Amino acid sequence: MEEFLRILTQALAELVAPSTAAYALAAIGLNLHFGYTGLLNMGQAGFMLLGAYGFGIATIAGAPFLVALLVAIAAGTVFALLLGIPTLKLRGDYLAIVTISAAEIIRWLGRSTVFQEWTGGASGLLGNSFKHTFHELSFLPDGRTAVGPLEYINTGSDSWWTRLFAWGLVLLALLFVWLLTRSPWGRVLKGIREDEDAVRALGKNVFAYKLQALVIGGALGSLAGVLYVLPRAITPDSMGRTMTFFVWTVLLLGGAATLFGPVLGSMLFFSLYMLMRTGMRAGLGDVIGGTQVEQLGGMLVGVTLMLLVIFRPQGILGNKRELAFNVR
Amino acid sequence: MSADETTTVTGAPTPADGTPSGTTVQETPTTAAEAVEAAAAQAAPESAEAKQVARDLSFVEGRVGVPKPDAILTVDGVQRRFGGMTAVDVDHLEVQRGAITALIGPNGAGKTTLFNLLTGFDQPNQGQWQFDGRSIAGKSGAAVARAGMVRTFQLTKALNRLTVLQNMLLAQPKHPGERFWLSWLPFTWAAQERAATEKALEILARFKLDTKKDDFAGSLSGGQRKLLEMARALMTDPTMIMLDEPMAGVNPALVQSLLGHVQALRDEGMTVLFVEHDMHAVRHISDWVVVMAEGRVVAEGPPETVMQDQAVVDAYLGAHHDTDLGDDSLLDPAVLARLEAEDKGQTEREERKR
Ligand SMILES: Nc1ncnc2c1ncn2[C@@H]1O[C@H](COP(=O)(O)OP(=O)(O)O)[C@@H](O)[C@H]1O
Ligand SMILES: [Mg+2]
Repeated sequence: MEEFLRILTQALAELVAPSTAAYALAAIGLNLHFGYTGLLNMGQAGFMLLGAYGFGIATIAGAPFLVALLVAIAAGTVFALLLGIPTLKLRGDYLAIVTISAAEIIRWLGRSTVFQEWTGGASGLLGNSFKHTFHELSFLPDGRTAVGPLEYINTGSDSWWTRLFAWGLVLLALLFVWLLTRSPWGRVLKGIREDEDAVRALGKNVFAYKLQALVIGGALGSLAGVLYVLPRAITPDSMGRTMTFFVWTVLLLGGAATLFGPVLGSMLFFSLYMLMRTGMRAGLGDVIGGTQVEQLGGMLVGVTLMLLVIFRPQGILGNKRELAFNVR
Repeated sequence: MSADETTTVTGAPTPADGTPSGTTVQETPTTAAEAVEAAAAQAAPESAEAKQVARDLSFVEGRVGVPKPDAILTVDGVQRRFGGMTAVDVDHLEVQRGAITALIGPNGAGKTTLFNLLTGFDQPNQGQWQFDGRSIAGKSGAAVARAGMVRTFQLTKALNRLTVLQNMLLAQPKHPGERFWLSWLPFTWAAQERAATEKALEILARFKLDTKKDDFAGSLSGGQRKLLEMARALMTDPTMIMLDEPMAGVNPALVQSLLGHVQALRDEGMTVLFVEHDMHAVRHISDWVVVMAEGRVVAEGPPETVMQDQAVVDAYLGAHHDTDLGDDSLLDPAVLARLEAEDKGQTEREERKR
């Protein structure tokens, strides 16, 4: 019974965890790409890693918190422009290939010894080196607080302050994306998603709209990267292809082209994922061992993604009539 | 295009089909030919400008590449090759301002390719063309549309996952809400959005689509989607509209109103260039006919005479050896029906290929 409650509490904690917020924000960005514009960005983790580096390196160099955040956004923007300008005039597949490889290149550059002085190489940047500006901003009193079964320190790495800030940023992003997608600008994106030529024939500069969408979604991804590293260190290998793959699962689970899909998807995905892993460890841990549980968990996520795309491509909240699966 | 669009209708059309009011059940046309006759009979009196255009054109000699009194579009030496095949090779062509010009020719003549070239959706191997006195060769499709030359597509491109009204609003030119920097502040563009909505509803009402404004465009019939695409093109305030087979696959009841709309556009001063296979339609509404075959313009002239041109007969004979084309036989409904059926087969094959 006690074991059961512990497992449930862990799953509940995932609902509000900073990394859940980070994935939600990354999926909000990806939603702008894929859900609303039909762009296949297969390298959202690259945007996140760049954002994390931008924030970390700027802070270590002495930048105040807000400036470091702006550096993260700028890093994502430049990355989006570099990837978008040569590919967005071509067919959609080109962007997919370029983003997936560019994200890998960022990760390899990050862990290489060439830039070790700034990135810390494969072992990354330690949390303590770039978090003081963030902790200094906290207006919470010292000490710990318990809310129901969840208890964290008020200010620190794995703290209430981190959670408050992360979810606050997610809320702001939701408001921003809500305003954007219900505007005439968002209408053009939805037109492009369905048929670029039709929109072009009406006198719209399709390339410019796609580039704008790529930049904004990418910048949101970079901010998500900052959220992701606030409670931990910046290690390039934890922000690779698996991360991109999880962001896609989160988006497709919640529902692409819906406002709350990314948030619902992230909460549901990570609490279920935790429930599954802790449950399996408790039930099967003796039989197959801890590492195998992790691997089995990863495989089950893959199967879930496949089943989703095949049987419910619109996700939980999506509208089948505006299904987003005819990317060209 | 669904099959039901190509078959004849039996019941009375609903108003939503876009049939002009005043059409009673008995008058419901059951064949394309009858629909065209009815449209011609109902055609509104032409405006003074339209009459002037017709008079101007009546003095123009019917020969390939002939200069027009007031050309809005001038094409010079445009060539497009696909591999070894020359799809378009037009030496000189002028399109009269304010007139309805029909572009006809057998399948594969290069009509759609020419449309694509002129509107910036394809690049020629060589050639120049001018629209409204400015060279627009090499411009993007969007730039051409902004210059006032807007087109529709042979395979309808209504945006099915947007509503009818959203389709229309999307076409509004220079909408401040479409600029990213202001888009998330609704108060900066609300007034323009209201004005655009009003304009859209007006145009939709004209096409009898206003009752469908909140439906997804994908839920409309094939013919209604063609109407929507045309209505949407009008939202851009064009000076010239290019329609690629606007009547293909549209049921006869709709053909009638479509023809009426095309004439109304001309009467408002717009220039219309349209590709069509229905010779009855061409004959009744166009002021000038250009005939293409194997990429070249083989004849042009007023509709009454051009159909008897030897080059035109040859062009069609080339495509249909077994067809005995008499003087007016291109207008024979039976021959037409066969030509059309073959053509539809081709269109559907193309559609399947996509
Ligand atoms: N993208 C393309 N690639 C190769 N051949 C093409 C392409 N587009 C058109 N064609 C060829 O060019 C010719 C003219 O086609 P098209 O302009 O569609 O004719 P039309 O509209 O008069 O029926 C046809 O033989 C067609 O097969
Ligand atoms: Mg064609």
